[in-house]
Amino acid sequence: MAAPSTLTPSLRPRRDSVHGHEKASPVATVLLLLGALYCLLPVLWVVMASTKNGSELFSTFTFAPSTHLLTNITELSSYRDGLFWRWMANTALYAGAGAIASTFVSALSGYVLAKFAFPGKGAVFNILLMGVLVPGVILAIPQYFLMAQLGLTNTYWAVFLPQIISPYGIYLARIYAAAAVPTDVIEAARTDGSSEMGIFTRIAMPMMLPGLVTIFLFQFVAIWNNFMLPYIMLGDDKLFPITVGLNGLLNQGASAPALYTLVVTGALLSVLPLILMFLLLQRFWRVDLAAGAVKA
Amino acid sequence: MSAQPATTGSTGAGSAGNTVTGDPLRPGNPAKTVAAVPERRRSNRFRSRVLTPYLMLAPGILLFAVFMAAPIFYTLYLSFQRIEVSGLGLGSGARKQVFAGFDNYAAALSDPEFGASVGRVLTYGVILIPSMLGLALLFALLLDSRRSRATTFTRVSIFLPYAVPAVISSLLWGFLYLPSVSPFYYVTERLGFDMPQILSSGLIMFGIANIALWGGVGFNMIVIYTSLKAVPNDIYEAARLDGASEMQIALRIKIPIVMPSLIMTGLFSIVATLQVFAEPTTLRPLTNTLSTSWTPLMKVYRDAFTRDDIYSAAASSIVIAAATLLISFVFLRVVQKRAFGQED
Repeated sequence: MAAPSTLTPSLRPRRDSVHGHEKASPVATVLLLLGALYCLLPVLWVVMASTKNGSELFSTFTFAPSTHLLTNITELSSYRDGLFWRWMANTALYAGAGAIASTFVSALSGYVLAKFAFPGKGAVFNILLMGVLVPGVILAIPQYFLMAQLGLTNTYWAVFLPQIISPYGIYLARIYAAAAVPTDVIEAARTDGSSEMGIFTRIAMPMMLPGLVTIFLFQFVAIWNNFMLPYIMLGDDKLFPITVGLNGLLNQGASAPALYTLVVTGALLSVLPLILMFLLLQRFWRVDLAAGAVKA
Repeated sequence: MSAQPATTGSTGAGSAGNTVTGDPLRPGNPAKTVAAVPERRRSNRFRSRVLTPYLMLAPGILLFAVFMAAPIFYTLYLSFQRIEVSGLGLGSGARKQVFAGFDNYAAALSDPEFGASVGRVLTYGVILIPSMLGLALLFALLLDSRRSRATTFTRVSIFLPYAVPAVISSLLWGFLYLPSVSPFYYVTERLGFDMPQILSSGLIMFGIANIALWGGVGFNMIVIYTSLKAVPNDIYEAARLDGASEMQIALRIKIPIVMPSLIMTGLFSIVATLQVFAEPTTLRPLTNTLSTSWTPLMKVYRDAFTRDDIYSAAASSIVIAAATLLISFVFLRVVQKRAFGQED
């Protein structure tokens, strides 16, 4: 604890050790617990509701569990030859591969902006920074026409390519590179004759790694959350991510309420992996949001 | 060789405002040093100073140009065009794209449907943003208070909805709003009183704001909480020695310290609010009170894809984007004057 705290004194855990010495405040704790209840309620509801069959869903108290979870999952899996799992795989591809590509491009650009001096650097950074403020959704419709020109609408590329560029990711990467990669180390590697790309991939990227995990998580959530782009770009439901797929299923459910059980079960199955990922990577959210917010 | 001042990137603790109002990082001025070195080394220097960074920036710049800059300029171009039909409109030459001046803008701005959707989004923002940021600040302060318990459990629980995409959270809340499925209606019915219909035209605005609040409060809480964590403990110790209560410390020290984070989260919330699309689109099958032009972006989508009127959709897009930028800048101006006005 002592060694890193000299570098970043602000990140040192300061009050956890003090906890327990101070008198507990019931009001504060109850308010926090109410907040937690509000946030957990819909998740608990979907867990319970996905154990019910169609008629129970509409007739019984939905917080009381039933026994049909496995039937529902089987039914969902067989819906149009496992289309649901195809949506899940598509989502993993768009968000996973997209976030990896985005993190790499952001890291490279941020590193260059932090560690090189070249004419036009300020202009490049300022223009990229303006991108942070451009409402991303505004771009979706012109991006569609652009993709149509290239003949790429209704393909994986149409959803994958536009989401690689992330001005906020570049901004964060620049901060991480400036803080985590010492200029001396780069100079030493240059003297040893390493190529610039080699210095970046073998020396700078490992040093920036914790920050890159945060950029990856941010971008993963952003792509997974982006509904409008795939909604506009894709017509073939085999290419849908889970969000567009479930939205379509709910739409059909308006005329065939039997589909509601599938929608509810699908909602549960689709949030589980992400919630698991959140709990496992909790540390990165805390620590690295700290790093970002301290310096940003 | 290209030694960069080590100060790059250290923009100062929590100065979120800087990121928008101006680049805190000044580019080096290589011109002077270059002139001093001999001819051959100069061309080498040129390679490493100019070419290498640009080559390495190429993927980023290229993607930015193709997927952000080009669409913006293309939309601008389309917004000044219209289709002119000659004769009966038959044959390939009968439909021609011509310059339309500001016609599309005039039409978009005078369209009562567009005005109504803008009004709804503004109301929605006025409901959502203060309550979301207020709750986020409250929870962050409570998490940071030495007298709270169960802080790990509550922090993770409140942050959890951030993992749920807007479509799925709308779907979950949509079912919770649906009287035939919702446990709330089940309970209130058994207790013998009527709960108001959230999916009715009067309350749907609050229903949608609640979905966005649920998804956003945790993220904003974490951002604010993180900047609270960054404050050295000595400040609070000093205040306590002077006899300040926990409440006074929260109001007089903690809130001013997290002000930059609040401004940042406020700005991001405004930008997100004006683009609201996924929540009402997902709720539409569950209620008949949401029109296809309920928010400005829903109207843009409908104009472009259902009505094939890309020119007026483009004009509306530009109006929304311009309004977003304008509101963002006004917000930053007003807030920064309030927050940091006394600093000079």
